[in-house]
Amino acid sequence: MKTLKLVASATLAVGLLLPAATVSAGEITVMSWGGAYTKSQVEAYHKPWMAKTGHKLKSVDSPNPGAPIKAQVTAGKVSIDVADVEYSDAVRYCDEGLLEPIDAKSLPSAIDGTSAENDFIKGGITDCGVANIVWSTIFAYDADKIKGEKPKTIADFFNTSKFPGKRGMRKGAKANLEMALMADGVAVADVYKVLGSTAGVKRALGKLDSIKSDIVWWEAGAQAPQLLADGEVVMTTAYNGRIFNAAVSENKPFAIVWDGQVLDFDMFVIPKGAPNKALALDFIKFATSTKPLADQAKYIAYGPARKSSAAFVGLFKDGKTKMAPHMPTAPANLKNALVNNFEFWADNASELNERFNAWIAAN
Amino acid sequence: MAMANKPSPETETTLVMADGQPLKKALTRAMRRARLRAFLLVIPLLAFVLVTFALPIGQMLYLSIHNPVFSDYMPRLTAYFNTHPEEGVPNEEGFAALVLDLIDAKKNRTVGRVGTRINYDRAGSSSLFKSSARKAAKFKGPSYKESLLEHRQDWADPKLWNVMRRAANAHTFDFYLAALDFTHDANGNLIKVEPERRIYIMLFLRTFMLSTLIAGLCLLLAFPVSHLLANLPLRYSNLLMILVLLPFWTSLLVRTTSWITLLQSQGVLNDLLVAIGLIGDDGRIQLMYNQFGTIIAMTHILLPFMILPLYSVMKTIPPSYMRAARSLGATPFTAFVKVYFPLTIPGIGAGTLLVFILAIGYYITPALVGGSSGELISNQIAFHMQSSLNWSLAAALGAILLFGVILLYWLYARLIGIDNMKFG
Repeated sequence: MKTLKLVASATLAVGLLLPAATVSAGEITVMSWGGAYTKSQVEAYHKPWMAKTGHKLKSVDSPNPGAPIKAQVTAGKVSIDVADVEYSDAVRYCDEGLLEPIDAKSLPSAIDGTSAENDFIKGGITDCGVANIVWSTIFAYDADKIKGEKPKTIADFFNTSKFPGKRGMRKGAKANLEMALMADGVAVADVYKVLGSTAGVKRALGKLDSIKSDIVWWEAGAQAPQLLADGEVVMTTAYNGRIFNAAVSENKPFAIVWDGQVLDFDMFVIPKGAPNKALALDFIKFATSTKPLADQAKYIAYGPARKSSAAFVGLFKDGKTKMAPHMPTAPANLKNALVNNFEFWADNASELNERFNAWIAAN
Repeated sequence: MAMANKPSPETETTLVMADGQPLKKALTRAMRRARLRAFLLVIPLLAFVLVTFALPIGQMLYLSIHNPVFSDYMPRLTAYFNTHPEEGVPNEEGFAALVLDLIDAKKNRTVGRVGTRINYDRAGSSSLFKSSARKAAKFKGPSYKESLLEHRQDWADPKLWNVMRRAANAHTFDFYLAALDFTHDANGNLIKVEPERRIYIMLFLRTFMLSTLIAGLCLLLAFPVSHLLANLPLRYSNLLMILVLLPFWTSLLVRTTSWITLLQSQGVLNDLLVAIGLIGDDGRIQLMYNQFGTIIAMTHILLPFMILPLYSVMKTIPPSYMRAARSLGATPFTAFVKVYFPLTIPGIGAGTLLVFILAIGYYITPALVGGSSGELISNQIAFHMQSSLNWSLAAALGAILLFGVILLYWLYARLIGIDNMKFG
């Protein structure tokens, strides 16, 4: 009985003391995309930030961290302090007043003194968002399944007579329509011009239609390498980092085709009314500074958004794979690459998704 | 002298309690108190249901006919529309209202919302509003129409103005029209959208058809199982019951992903078929990422909802009824059709309705195993809630689904009777 009482009073005392202890150490919630990607952020950003500042950080995942922001801000119950969202969402939500503005001048400059505005790749800082990585939608194949000649161009992805077998694609208009046009012979510079016309949309959907019966649709990023690993498809579009991780960490015989890749930024944003705004900003400043951005490349093959980080990109965590050639921004990979036009998608997403959804649902 | 036996109305009202109160009054008071106590006990549940269920649904339904984005953030232009009902591109006065609203919206960071709202009905409006608002701040003064048209020729498009005019009505049925594949043409007439854009009616029909099919399949599979469960000796039936309940208790996602490993073209089933030589290695059957996958996985997942009500009804049918029918000369078939089957109807009704209504709202399973042909209307609702963020359209789609279910429920109540249903 006595020990029980002692334990009880001790718990009580701890319970009373705890709130006092947590006042000085704050906690922020960071929402990201899950899987190998979140893991790379935990290693490169979260842990070092916690060690440096003594604050706590809770990491949560979502198939699209942009989605809960509108719901939370509209309902006035914001629980996320920092979210990692796609470029087009960062711009759109900012325009809709769902995000806190971030002053570009408050971001730390590069080690050599270059200001943040000049250090980030063009477009890497917007009114409400700070880019952390450059990622890319590429297509990959299983080298064991495709004997003989390997696919080399984006046109090969759409050529089911030369390379028979199922294709995996993300269920959504973005990147698919662009890739279809590039495969159909549209030059990179003209893709968005062509896609802006009714005939261009028809052309893109027509190209997709030619392989429609062979497409297996995926929605979460982790599904793509899974489909490839299961042998469910012989080729799939995917986020390049996911394929890299499956190939290097899990020794899968996957190969990436960089031709016709669609480049995009991921942005850190702060939802309007975030509970710990000041800490959130501190975290973003830390995470998007030169070293942490370079460190993330140690864990996943996404390119840092700062130019000054490139010099610090070294080896993969296995200690032998050089990361530079696996970056979407490596010169060899950029030969035929399209940069996602966020303004085009802000304008046309609802129209094109409607067309795409109707096309997909029709048999 | 029959009258004498009946107490007169006067004597009835004079019945009193020991303390002199009229009995009837005392009784109603006591009853009221008991009722109040009972009501107090359910208040927490009532409040809970109201706050977590009725209120959000009501809010969502309201959202489907109420979208005040445009009228809230573009007040001057909305007022102009109200006083100038004629269609088409307005004169300088309308443009002045537009420009002043754009400047305010830019200042309050709401121009993006207005642009997004107009963009639902006219592609390209999002950037048009944003760039025009940026430009508008620099206009020195009239003529606003001239300056704005100089910036972007789009502002001379009558369709754009008609779209804005309709969006200025906060209360609108336009989202219901969109949810039924209708739209307005440049003159404001109601037309069907182009064939390559029609999607929702087709998906509604597919959802209802697949749900009916799944409910039918569940009934076909569940009937014999429930009969067996109800008639086996207890020690066997308990074991069987656990086999039914075990998947019922397993997470929906686990069951769906298990079907993926079973059905995919490199999966267990196809491997088996190849191994016994029924199909060649290059002729593997596509069992998943199509309607077939949706039907199989959903039938399996919803099966317990059919078995349990059926079982509970069958358990109450005394076996002696069938024996009596047989002893009176009925063949087994006649005895089943005339005696046993009619007695199971309350369970069939409950099970079918339960499975059907659950199937109509399913979206995780079709999203994972349905591919494109197995997609249901709920997947589009999720799309508009999570990706396009067009909540009004999502609400309209959801409301149509809800009305559909209520209509079916009403039909069921009229045809079979709601009291003739037993859930267990």
